[in-house]
Amino acid sequence: AAGMFLRLLSDIQWRAAHPRWRRMTRSQRSTSTTAEPHPVSLPAQAQVVICGGGIMGTSVAYHLSKMGFKDIVLLEQGRLAAGTTRFCAGIVSTARPMSIELKMAHYSNQLYQQLEQETGVQTGYMKTGSISLAQTQDRLISLKRIASSLNVMGIPCEIISPKKVLQLHPLINIHDLVGAMYVPEDALVSSANVSLALATAASRNGVQIHERTSVSHVTIQKGRVTGVETDRGRIQCEYFVNCAGQWAYELGHSGEEPVHIPVHACEHFYLLTHPLQEPLSSSLPTIVDPDGRIYIRNWQGGILSGGFEKNPKPLFTEGRNQLEIQNLQEDWDHFGPLLSALLRRMPGLEALQIMQLVNCPESFTPDMRCIMGESPTARGYFVLTGMNSAGISYGGGAGKYLAEWIVNGYPSENVWPLDLKRFGTLQSSRTFLRHRVMEVMPLMCDLKVPRWDFQTGRQLRTSPLYDRLDAQGARWMEKHGFERVKYFVPPGSDLLDLDHSKTFYKPDWFDIVGSEVKCCKEAVCVIDMSSFTKFEISSTGDQALESLQYLFSNDLDVPVGHVVHTGMLNEKGGYENDCSIARLSKRSFFMISPTDQQVHCWAWLKNHLPDDSNLVLEDVTWKYTALNLIGPRAVDVLSELSYAPMTAEHFPSLFCKEMSVGYANGIRVMSITHTGEPGFVLYIPIEYALHVYNEVMNMGQKYGIRNAGYYALRSLRIEKFFAFWGQDLDAFTTPMECGREFQVKLDKGMDFLGQEVLLEQKQNGVYKRFTMFILEDHDTDMDLWPWWGEPIFRNGRYVGKTTSSAYSYTLERHVCLGFVHHFDEKTGEELVVTTDFINQGEYEIDIAGQRFQAKAKLYPFSSLFAQRRRKDEVELSGYQRE
Amino acid sequence: FYLTPSQVNSILKANEYSFKVPEFDGKNVSSVLGFDSNQLPANAPIEDRRSAATCLQTRGMLLGVFDGHAGCACAQAVSERLFYYIAVSLLPHETLLEIENAVENGRALLPILQWHKHPNDYFSKEASKLYFNSLRTYWQELIDLNTGETTDVREALINAFKRLDNDISLEAQVGDPNSFLNYLVLRVAFSGSTACVAHVDGVDLHIANTGDSRAMLGVQEEDGSWSAVNLSYDHNAQNENEVERVKMEHPKSEEKSLVKQDRLLGLLMPFRAFGDVKFKWSIELQKRVVESGPDQLNDNEYTKFIPPNYHTPPYLTAEPEVIHHRLRPQDKFLVLATDGLWETMHRQDVARIVGEYLTGVHHQQPIAVGGYKVTLGQMHGLLTERRARISSVFEDQNAATHLIRHAVGNNEFGTVDHERLSKMLSLPEELARMYRDDITIIVVQFNSHVIGSYQNEE
Repeated sequence: AAGMFLRLLSDIQWRAAHPRWRRMTRSQRSTSTTAEPHPVSLPAQAQVVICGGGIMGTSVAYHLSKMGFKDIVLLEQGRLAAGTTRFCAGIVSTARPMSIELKMAHYSNQLYQQLEQETGVQTGYMKTGSISLAQTQDRLISLKRIASSLNVMGIPCEIISPKKVLQLHPLINIHDLVGAMYVPEDALVSSANVSLALATAASRNGVQIHERTSVSHVTIQKGRVTGVETDRGRIQCEYFVNCAGQWAYELGHSGEEPVHIPVHACEHFYLLTHPLQEPLSSSLPTIVDPDGRIYIRNWQGGILSGGFEKNPKPLFTEGRNQLEIQNLQEDWDHFGPLLSALLRRMPGLEALQIMQLVNCPESFTPDMRCIMGESPTARGYFVLTGMNSAGISYGGGAGKYLAEWIVNGYPSENVWPLDLKRFGTLQSSRTFLRHRVMEVMPLMCDLKVPRWDFQTGRQLRTSPLYDRLDAQGARWMEKHGFERVKYFVPPGSDLLDLDHSKTFYKPDWFDIVGSEVKCCKEAVCVIDMSSFTKFEISSTGDQALESLQYLFSNDLDVPVGHVVHTGMLNEKGGYENDCSIARLSKRSFFMISPTDQQVHCWAWLKNHLPDDSNLVLEDVTWKYTALNLIGPRAVDVLSELSYAPMTAEHFPSLFCKEMSVGYANGIRVMSITHTGEPGFVLYIPIEYALHVYNEVMNMGQKYGIRNAGYYALRSLRIEKFFAFWGQDLDAFTTPMECGREFQVKLDKGMDFLGQEVLLEQKQNGVYKRFTMFILEDHDTDMDLWPWWGEPIFRNGRYVGKTTSSAYSYTLERHVCLGFVHHFDEKTGEELVVTTDFINQGEYEIDIAGQRFQAKAKLYPFSSLFAQRRRKDEVELSGYQRE
Repeated sequence: FYLTPSQVNSILKANEYSFKVPEFDGKNVSSVLGFDSNQLPANAPIEDRRSAATCLQTRGMLLGVFDGHAGCACAQAVSERLFYYIAVSLLPHETLLEIENAVENGRALLPILQWHKHPNDYFSKEASKLYFNSLRTYWQELIDLNTGETTDVREALINAFKRLDNDISLEAQVGDPNSFLNYLVLRVAFSGSTACVAHVDGVDLHIANTGDSRAMLGVQEEDGSWSAVNLSYDHNAQNENEVERVKMEHPKSEEKSLVKQDRLLGLLMPFRAFGDVKFKWSIELQKRVVESGPDQLNDNEYTKFIPPNYHTPPYLTAEPEVIHHRLRPQDKFLVLATDGLWETMHRQDVARIVGEYLTGVHHQQPIAVGGYKVTLGQMHGLLTERRARISSVFEDQNAATHLIRHAVGNNEFGTVDHERLSKMLSLPEELARMYRDDITIIVVQFNSHVIGSYQNEE
């Protein structure tokens, strides 16, 4: 069956292939029967070895060779483009919810369009357009949100009526539709041929391609890739790229030092039919019907239709023991619901004859985003895999970004959402992956409302207070495997069912979070913030201080007991991390960063700290439970519990002291709250956590203490214009661009990373500015709520996107945070953004196609701050981490 | 007022139990794959009992259903004791000696049976010593009687049935100093129970039946269809041979009074049973035991009542009819059930429903298009039909539950009608018995591969 399909879907045309490679592949076809030795021996060394000859491997090879790398070897265990790439449906779709994914898909589309001309290999590229259908109003809203972001990127896209759908595709039943999104430039390709075209071009640029060569493992010495062991010998190399698709996990674990790549395969089914009586036009647009969980494209006069069922079948959990992917069985009973959806969408196809049901495994990741980047533990070990069945759409762009990463040290766009380092060993359990991908695959089609959470693979990392909080009505979300409280449902109100909170409008927790915020403002709340990443850096001499002074932009040579908010910047001045650092002693520092920084920050520090055995870096995340006491009465609670004066005179803000709380000694108390409200964070050795929590709650009773969750925290930080790393801040944002100049000490007396860029920005200005927007004519009860990623318009022209938003219970308005750019009206060139430019515009925020007036502000409302702030101690950075 | 489907399910599934024979090295070497069992009460409390156990000192597995009448005491006692009597009857002389020595010297006893019990299936702790002593007396006699012959399963089953019934009778005559126990043994003897027991060892299947419960073999024909083979005869008025037997055992003068209104002496439905000493003891014995017995017994009209035309007891026996069957690969399962099931369903339907259930769960043939010309519409129709079939099956994880669902809920078209099911299950206690009887079912699934390999060896 696979053989037949191979001929049908991708007539391989080798007209213009590179002579050397062509000869090689030919002779290999014969070796399979005569068992001759391979004609071309492997080189002993290469600069880059790529493992995997699918769309990812060939795309990386193509882009690396284009960028000038010469010494590249691509190894494929079977034949080129014979795995998932061979079987994939070949739909190039740019309608992606995330901006970075959208950019990758857009680039892929452009690349494939000219590939045939460039290489002479027929790619079957056909610009058919695609139509995404909405059966419900909520689905239409989510399509409108995507349409908004496609439009501002200059990609043609429109929301159309069901009638218009019928004009574009005569076979569709439109009776149950409320609307659709039409992307006219989406395309179809033969994915295998695209991959072969990329290979051909790469081969012409000098890439050596060896088929039927298996990588057994990668050798790593002193944290660097040194070479690759294959079944045909060893290749020494500087860089290794793991593009092994669904085998990437196993390949990562094959060496002595494992590289954790959390991917897991699921079976994926699609149907091929014989041509219709009047064969379908090859230019007929592709239909995506997410509510029916299916896609339908034209294929050789008939159709190709597959989907993402509710009950996926994960496979290869134990590794590739059982069967080769070519031998996977068709499973019609499993495909039944999708077939029903297909016939409901196109009833006219009843009489169409079936050709085949293809079973093609796809690899999925724990968060539905692909995986790229360098291993946190092995330098030079790069990964590109886990495409969640969008490999063809992402292939071109993903390969380009990874090539840039290898060549330049970092890609040209912020790829943190896709970075391998967002995962650690904790996402590497096969059981976890199996359970999670069974949720992820149906999610491809599920409606995703703001702040949805994964339901599987939960309760992995928890605070010692988990059960206590849960019993008090905590509702949970998960970050980097850690359970965190969203809010507390008060006893007696059991009206909150999950479905009701799934909305693009005002959510059911609105009043609950409101009362938690109120309590933070007027009394005191306690939030368990144990998930934050916590490192300790210490040394025998001044090494710790000196290294940190180089790695951080703020001045860390402060008196012992002071807390400093600072960015950890890269050479370009962008935020690699945003942290609070307490100086515990002359020679030791306590560093707090966002939860999902655990792997990334560790790798960054390991790579940048000098190799000095007297300088010790330790991850102490698990050792401390963090309780954040927020509110004006926090000071009273804490002073009663510690018999120590906690007022501002004795315990100024941004201060850190070890003290006793209740019976427990050695509690690290810091006068920060990450919200701009008065209060303290208590870092409690975990065995004291329950005791301290109980003491705080008992003592706090008379001050009106209550539990609160992260939603309250988020509302508080956003209304005070605190940026948060990973959401607002990224490696392409400098402190100058987000109003944090005061956290940069250009004159601290020594050089630090990013200094030159910041100096230059200080003199010449910045090209984007972090801005706060207050929605003016937005009705909280009736209008769609902003989320993030909404386009910002200034005087009717697109200037940037929001990065986060929240309802401010104090201002009684929605607040959006985002970046404003200044594009030249004629050339589109980026210009310096001045304060005047920000202040002199009329702004609108586009929520799913509807624009709301917004007031722009570069500074927070000082009236929101309960404490009088001293200029230098402004906790403006707050950098809140969610 | 209707029960929701989940309420219906929780009622139907309350007593379900499944056992899978454990595998060794990924292989099940037993001819039995496992069994599903379940009961649905109509009486309160239910008078049916069930038992299942694996013999540990000999090979084989025992399964049985017991339908009690005039209370559940006898059925309870038989369900606890009968398998021990059977197991002991099967034991070789050396093992019996070993066990007796162990008891004699206060050493740990070899385990004889491994029970497979639902949590609701209980053993009466109070009587265990009494029961044990009776059992010990039995094996001591077997040791003394040592014939030197290998034990025949048929004989062992018959001996065990008769011996247990005898012990029940004796215990009631002797009484017990403990008043609770005394009352218990009397209740056991004065109530009655049928028994339908299967012993499976390799390809040898023996069914020992006393009364009107029934054993039925599910056979898959070559064309995939299902047929039923009876492995027991009902001992009741519908069975001519049985009526003939009873008449033979009594003088001609009683011929007319023996079977009236399809009942033994006009009273008892089953023609064979455990207990029921009112049909076994002489009138004098009955009177003596009742009078010397506890007050509760004396106050009970039923126990004092002597059946009419009671001239030449015993009228009733516990001796089973034993049928031996050599299992073939096409024999897929065995159904043991009390008459509550057979009253409502024909055996042919039972065979089909269980057969489709078991194959639906385990060997639903995948569809392959292959080279055939199939349209999307045809495929859709085919899948919809398969789904409908599976969905009724998938509601149950237990073949016995599935069968009860059909037995209680089937409408005139032979499909489960939720409305009917809901009505039948929500009947008040006092009405339930009018519409249905207690139902107890055990479905034993056979391992065709193992059975096939036995055949090939020969």
